[in-house]
Amino acid sequence: MELIIVANQTIQTRKVFPLKTLYYGNEARNKEGLKGRLIIVEGIDGSGKSTQIHLLEQWLRSRNIAVFLTEWNSSDMVKQITSKGKKKGKLTPTTFSLLHATDFADRYERKILPLLRAGYIVLADRYVYTAFARDIVRGCSRNWVYKVYSYALKPDLTFYFKVPIDVAVERILVGRPKLKYYEAGMDLNLSNDPYESYRIFQQRIIDEYDVMAQDEGFAVIDGTSAIEEQQAQVRDLVKSIIPRNQRKILESELISVGVQA
Amino acid sequence: MTSRTRLRKGTTKTLVTQRRRTRPADKEEVDDVYDMRITMDEARRSRSPLYYGDGITYLQNDTHLTGKLIVIEGPDASGRTSQISVIQQRLEADGHAVVTTGLRRSELIGEGILEAKRNFVLGRRTLSLFYAADFADQLENKIIPALRAGYIVLADRYIFTLMARDAVRKISRTWSHALYGFALKPDLVFYLDVDPNELIHRVFQKNFSLDYYESGADLGLSEDMFESFIKYQNMLAKEFHRMQKKYKLIPIDGNRTIEEINTDLLKRIGDFLYSAIAK
Repeated sequence: MELIIVANQTIQTRKVFPLKTLYYGNEARNKEGLKGRLIIVEGIDGSGKSTQIHLLEQWLRSRNIAVFLTEWNSSDMVKQITSKGKKKGKLTPTTFSLLHATDFADRYERKILPLLRAGYIVLADRYVYTAFARDIVRGCSRNWVYKVYSYALKPDLTFYFKVPIDVAVERILVGRPKLKYYEAGMDLNLSNDPYESYRIFQQRIIDEYDVMAQDEGFAVIDGTSAIEEQQAQVRDLVKSIIPRNQRKILESELISVGVQA
Repeated sequence: MTSRTRLRKGTTKTLVTQRRRTRPADKEEVDDVYDMRITMDEARRSRSPLYYGDGITYLQNDTHLTGKLIVIEGPDASGRTSQISVIQQRLEADGHAVVTTGLRRSELIGEGILEAKRNFVLGRRTLSLFYAADFADQLENKIIPALRAGYIVLADRYIFTLMARDAVRKISRTWSHALYGFALKPDLVFYLDVDPNELIHRVFQKNFSLDYYESGADLGLSEDMFESFIKYQNMLAKEFHRMQKKYKLIPIDGNRTIEEINTDLLKRIGDFLYSAIAK
């Protein structure tokens, strides 16, 4: 018997736990004395966030500040184990969500948390908010997804790169003949046309991001402005949240090529 | 069976429309009472899924499960698997269609978990989520479809083992409970309660060696494997006792012989099926 899975068409009620109360992780910050800082970027594909976090990483590295960059869905161990299963069958929204949660947990337990304890500046290209947006759009229970990630530390700084859907879609599709099944959100039955499906899927994710941006106090960056301008804004904000000794290092050096730091 | 189902469905439908018709006028109270009785009866036979949390929100609401989910929990070497195969034979002989399921058996990552345990040092939460994904895959692709088709699903362990393992590894119980909010509530959950000192003899009879994880060696309880096993199994047993009330686990004295336990289980399952189906 086939299970019939329908996309969650109805708008979910907004009666939700406030996200802030769910981060047990923040107690860990005080208890374990985390010296590092966690800075993350969010935004849909094509919003330019990866470019910006790469530039941020290079900047910090050039100043000899201990920095570590981690990307979404990048744990080798998890990938190795799930790639076989992914080929075998279609994933349901719950299994899709849990596999990403496993990947995140692996990176969190083995890298993000230990490095924060060691005083690193940890940069994450996508964080729990990506899971929230995607899983909720796929129809998982909002409160459930929040709770699955409730052990994760709240970032010190979250950048949200906001771009209109048309701009992002164009950036992504240039020179790309094919979209992957899950990437296009084809499992949601939004449209038979992968491009149309992709567009609707991404728009729904933007809607989720917009809600979280307010609730969670994201630093919203206009992703359509010049790359240098965006980076200058990013660096300014980063300086405001890092420990004083590191801030001094970043402020002391003035030679920069075209970027007002 | 099928003709009864059809008849029942038909009856309910007419009664529901009747109720709708009579309700605004609010006159024939007798009808309403009768209607309730039928609906209750209906609910006993086929039910909308009950979950520990929000459930699987994207499944259609009209998923009706006519089958029954029966879980047997218990430590390794407690005799779960042999009990299940006997129960399956017996139920099939009685004309019930049976499907069995267990942990780490999903196509998605069942094999992967073993591989991961062999090759990597996994974080406790990572391992926990791996198991959850494996379980979710089986729940959605095997258990629920079978229950919809009217099968009796015999589960060789369920979320309780996973939650107990997590709790022993200092993962918050609240978190585990929330994690399994998508899990279906079984109709019956048995827990084979075996004294760890008895258990270790059975483990040796079975394997002649102690499994790394089943001895809780990852927890660093003791340098000595034997001692670690006893300590770990005691912790798990404690956790199961703790869950007993909350999750309505039925403790079964597992220190008896296989035959005795089997008679006990079959009687309980028989009673349940009789009350559920024959009513």
